[in-house]
Amino acid sequence: MSTAAPVGARPGSAGRGPVTDLFLGGGRARRTTWLVVGLVVLFSAVRVISGQTSLTSSSTMAAALLLAVPLLLVALGGLFAERAGVVNIGLEGMMILGTWGAGFAGYQWGWAGAVVGGLVMGALGGLLHAVATVTFGVDHVISGVAINILAAGLVRFLSELLYTDNPAGGGVTQSPAVSSRPPSFSLPVLSSGPDLLGSLESRHWFLVSDVAGILRGFTSGVGVLTVVAVLLVPASYLVLWRTAFGLRLRSCGENPAAADSLGVPVYRLKYVAVLISGALAGLGGVFLVFIANIYREGQTGGRGFIGLAALIFGNWRPGGLAAGAGLFGYADALQLRSRTGVVALLLLVAVLLLAAAVWQATRGKVTQAVTAAAFAAVLLVGYITIDVLPEGIVSFTPHLTTLLVLSLASQRLRMPKADGLVYRRGEH
Amino acid sequence: MSLVRRVATPLLAPLLAILVALVISALVILAIGQDPLAAVRVMFDFGDRPSQQTQAIVTVLNRAVPLFLAGLAVSVAFRMGLFNIGVEGQYRLATIIAAAVGAAVVLPAPLHVLLIVVVAMAVGALWAGIVGVLKVTRGVSEVISSIMLNFIALGLASYLLTGPLRGSGEGAAIITTATIPESGWFPSLNGLLSAVGLAEPRSDLYGFLLVAVVAGVVVSVLVKRTRFGFDLRASGMSASAASASGVDARGMVVKTMLISGAIAGLIGLPDLLGSTHNYGTEFTAGLGFLGIAVALLGRNNPVGIAFGALLFGFLDRAAIPLQFADIPASVVTIIQGTIVLSVVVANEVARRLVRRQAERAGGAAGAPATPAEPAEPAVRTESTGSKA
Amino acid sequence: MTQTTPLAVELRGITKRFPGVVANKDIELRVARGEVHAIVGENGAGKSTLMKTLYGMHRPDEGQVLLDGREVVFKSPADAIAAGVGMVHQHFMLADNLTVLENVVLGAEKRHGIGAGARDALLEISKAYALGLEPDTLVEDLGVGDRQRVEIAKVLYRGATTLILDEPTAVLVPQEVDELFGNLAELKREGLTVIFISHKLDEVRKVADSITVIRRGTTVGTADPRTTTAHQLAEMMVGAELPAAQSRTSTVRDTPVLELRGVTVAGPGARPAVDDVTLTVREGEVVGIAGVEGNGQAELVDAVLGLRPLAAGTVVLGGEDITGWSTRTRRERGIGFIPEDRHRQGMLLEAPLWENRVLGHQTEAPNAKGFFIDRKAARSDTERIMREYDVRAPGPDTLAVALSGGNQQKLIVGREMSARPRLLVAAHPTRGVDVGAQSVIWELLRDARAEGMGIVLISADLDELIGLSDTLQVMLRGALVATLDPTSLTPEELGGHMTGAASAGAA
Repeated sequence: MSTAAPVGARPGSAGRGPVTDLFLGGGRARRTTWLVVGLVVLFSAVRVISGQTSLTSSSTMAAALLLAVPLLLVALGGLFAERAGVVNIGLEGMMILGTWGAGFAGYQWGWAGAVVGGLVMGALGGLLHAVATVTFGVDHVISGVAINILAAGLVRFLSELLYTDNPAGGGVTQSPAVSSRPPSFSLPVLSSGPDLLGSLESRHWFLVSDVAGILRGFTSGVGVLTVVAVLLVPASYLVLWRTAFGLRLRSCGENPAAADSLGVPVYRLKYVAVLISGALAGLGGVFLVFIANIYREGQTGGRGFIGLAALIFGNWRPGGLAAGAGLFGYADALQLRSRTGVVALLLLVAVLLLAAAVWQATRGKVTQAVTAAAFAAVLLVGYITIDVLPEGIVSFTPHLTTLLVLSLASQRLRMPKADGLVYRRGEH
Repeated sequence: MSLVRRVATPLLAPLLAILVALVISALVILAIGQDPLAAVRVMFDFGDRPSQQTQAIVTVLNRAVPLFLAGLAVSVAFRMGLFNIGVEGQYRLATIIAAAVGAAVVLPAPLHVLLIVVVAMAVGALWAGIVGVLKVTRGVSEVISSIMLNFIALGLASYLLTGPLRGSGEGAAIITTATIPESGWFPSLNGLLSAVGLAEPRSDLYGFLLVAVVAGVVVSVLVKRTRFGFDLRASGMSASAASASGVDARGMVVKTMLISGAIAGLIGLPDLLGSTHNYGTEFTAGLGFLGIAVALLGRNNPVGIAFGALLFGFLDRAAIPLQFADIPASVVTIIQGTIVLSVVVANEVARRLVRRQAERAGGAAGAPATPAEPAEPAVRTESTGSKA
Repeated sequence: MTQTTPLAVELRGITKRFPGVVANKDIELRVARGEVHAIVGENGAGKSTLMKTLYGMHRPDEGQVLLDGREVVFKSPADAIAAGVGMVHQHFMLADNLTVLENVVLGAEKRHGIGAGARDALLEISKAYALGLEPDTLVEDLGVGDRQRVEIAKVLYRGATTLILDEPTAVLVPQEVDELFGNLAELKREGLTVIFISHKLDEVRKVADSITVIRRGTTVGTADPRTTTAHQLAEMMVGAELPAAQSRTSTVRDTPVLELRGVTVAGPGARPAVDDVTLTVREGEVVGIAGVEGNGQAELVDAVLGLRPLAAGTVVLGGEDITGWSTRTRRERGIGFIPEDRHRQGMLLEAPLWENRVLGHQTEAPNAKGFFIDRKAARSDTERIMREYDVRAPGPDTLAVALSGGNQQKLIVGREMSARPRLLVAAHPTRGVDVGAQSVIWELLRDARAEGMGIVLISADLDELIGLSDTLQVMLRGALVATLDPTSLTPEELGGHMTGAASAGAA
């Protein structure tokens, strides 16, 4: 079904945290909840066995949230474009433009200016993509790649032009520092003040400390814009599935000819969708600038692409892509926080694979079961023998995770039917 | 169709696009308060002394050779409708491993070079093959998987360089692999330059130019003249028609990715075998992405790609002289980016025009008053497989 | 229907040109309020072009459109909708992944929103006209008849008073056609006007109150269905005698060409797409497969050609088990293929004709010379096919997209015949081609049959099936449910078997 329960609309869910609610897209709410519970237990168990407290520590979780938000925004950007039928590989480029815009506006007018600057620059990238794909009918992937190339060149050019002799600082590859930081807050009592969660976390009790760590990570020192970004997930759902505008936008991604025959302005909607897409990707860039408090060339580090992967992982749905962004954000946070923690991840994946092997075996799929078991064994050996993974290898943990997840899940995914197809009015 | 039209029509779109890009770039230069004509003068200024001029030509050619190979690698995949964005990772990984293997062995000269070439091609093919296998067995879009494999390849390369394959000593400013002995160097073509009466340049003209030419010819014949090439192009134009005609679509995807990857493996070798003789942190990066641009510019046709590579090589050479003239070097990147974007737009417009012309011609020649009745709502444009 | 009340729809001197073609010329049409008015004409006569004009999908180069006596100019379908004109397209314009409700309200959200109000309004319409729609079902789960009713609901939801139905029966079996006619009667009773486009004369005479005939892009006259015979209509339509798809004496020999034994192909759900099909095609025999589209015919074709893996069963060609062979080997060893959708499976539209001649026969003479393609030989052989099979095109270097449907199809038939296959799989061989090409293709199939070729014929045109086949098999939900003798069969009886209504007909 294409309808799903609105996020957080279940009266019984009052006791759950905001992040848990995120995972409740769809009528599969209960199954998702159990999945989350199961994962927490699993993480907790692996944390106890391996002794890697970083697996569930509040600092890892806070970092994961911080790193997931840009991915989340980019993926939401991708959602708008692809639901309207425009594949957007150019998200990376739009994000790059967003970082530059945030840096440029941010050092002059503070954090609010940075937000506007990033949104505008990202939207400009989106506009370019829309002109190429919608008006001129260029292949979406080609246009996206061209925009990525162009964006990288453009920001270098602009920096060279505006920052090299700038008294405020900056240079060819970076802007002056953003002049003010966005406000952030912590939950009183629980995560600040007495910090009850913090003290629980430091006890290292099975499950209890893990849950405390996770919650504290999500509730202490959270930026206002992080909250906004998270709220954008249910907001996007409501806009796309509960308004006439959203219905029209989705119809362009499913069957533009049908939409056109009903008087839906397909081209205009695609333009709007791609503009929103670019603006959201740009906003993702703004977040990266806020993390570093400065614009730096290469800051995006391919996050535009990972956001796209999160979108696919999430089956082109807001809840799903949020889960994808969370997963990749976590993988990224862990590799930054603790390289030994990544090794513990091997154990975790081994356990998951073993479970998969058992499940496949009960369904009589011997080959799959054996393959999964074999991989599990390899990972287990890896976990036992390896102490620290070298830096080069750890750096691509999120990308490898993406690749693995996609190769396991790709066949169950369903993209909008006319996604990536160039629509020309009246052409046969 | 007359010969003039046959040659001119495919050229029209890219030439027009380059013109548009130059106008835009001129506006950009004007906007920063510089003189576009001065910039053009700087770009075409190859120096006064003969050796300077030859050197400029050599610089352009040496840059064009890897760009051509990159474009060629991308275009082979394009021809069957596959987007190999993973060329970047494929050549970086191939180059470091080939460099390490080359440094580890001592062989008679031709065999030594051959070994390095074969290793590079094998690694490139293998890495690209993963993309193909994931696509046919797991249904993973090649676009996403090759992007992810790029990051993984770069991570692996950096691990190999700082770990097991490190050749430079501790504390060296630039980390490199061990240097390949001289038997593994590719002879330069400077003899050829003096044979045609040009002055001796400061640096060597890459002998790998010849390999690139051979690769171009082989790919051209393979794609245009062989049964395999027919199957490949048919798959690019219509995957469903190709499989109904007996093409093994899955096998084709894997084979094409292997070929594309093998060519990608060659990209780093002109620099490796011609000048650096080791792979290091400073090794030329970004050729894979530029290859996409060059392939688009050349409309997936080897001759076109050669021109595209020369154009980009020419622009890249201008970067340093431009800086001396107080024009930001990144203007070059802007020109290149604008060229790519205008070329893809122009190609699309040209494709549509050709198609409309054909329909018009057919409408007059075929049965009268029969506009195709069942109108298909939307057509996937196979601009990636557009015919040159 | 007196002339004192203004006509619901009147077209005066409509002319519409496309590059190189005049699709409509001096069209005159007068439709009274509250009637079912049929527009008949053969494929390619310009009926759809005319209706697109009336629906505002393009603007006429000359002429006037009048609604209720007032001239109107439609810039887009939105204008037509606002004026109360709605269109049910021949190819359904539905988004599969949206619900029935979403499809209906799309573009008309202002009427009742997209929520509960819209749902109530849709249910009301569904009830008033007996459409039987469920708002929350995904369209992809609906059958053909239901989809058509969704299309009708879309039009009614927008308050249309004039409905255009473009070839609405093309995709329906006779029983579904009767249901549709029931729906049309409801509409008429409510005072709506229906313009009904068709080339099936029996249906037209059954449902229409008046008829306008179009030939070669222009109106050739009107007719009263009560006083005009089908034969007279046909002559007006074609301007000559109708071609008939009648086979002559049997040429069936004893040697089997193709044998399918227990062939099963997995489907998307639990039910197999092709369910334990056993079938023999002999030399000189045409075996027709009848069935409502989507009952496994396409999957059966794929199984014979090796385009889809079998879950069970064997395929035998000329006594050899070919189950494990690739598509290429099968085609090399004597299976010819005329695909259902030539643009999807039969042609490379942006490639020249000679490359399309090579397609499917890449490894065979005269197209290949060892590892290489023999471009010269392929070109000259293309010229031969163009001559012998009457493919009208400037030359072998013309792009395939430039050809009309009929000429494209003749090229495909010529290409497949040139390889002298033992077995020909022909799926809807005359779909979307003009009458001239249709009779040429029928003649070619008959000749091939006489020479001993075995033919599997899949078609939605029941007359074609009955006329050409030596044996008819009915396919329902993936299984062959009846074997029928075409010499003593009416389309209505065949239709009964296709829907499973008559299950006792197995011979």
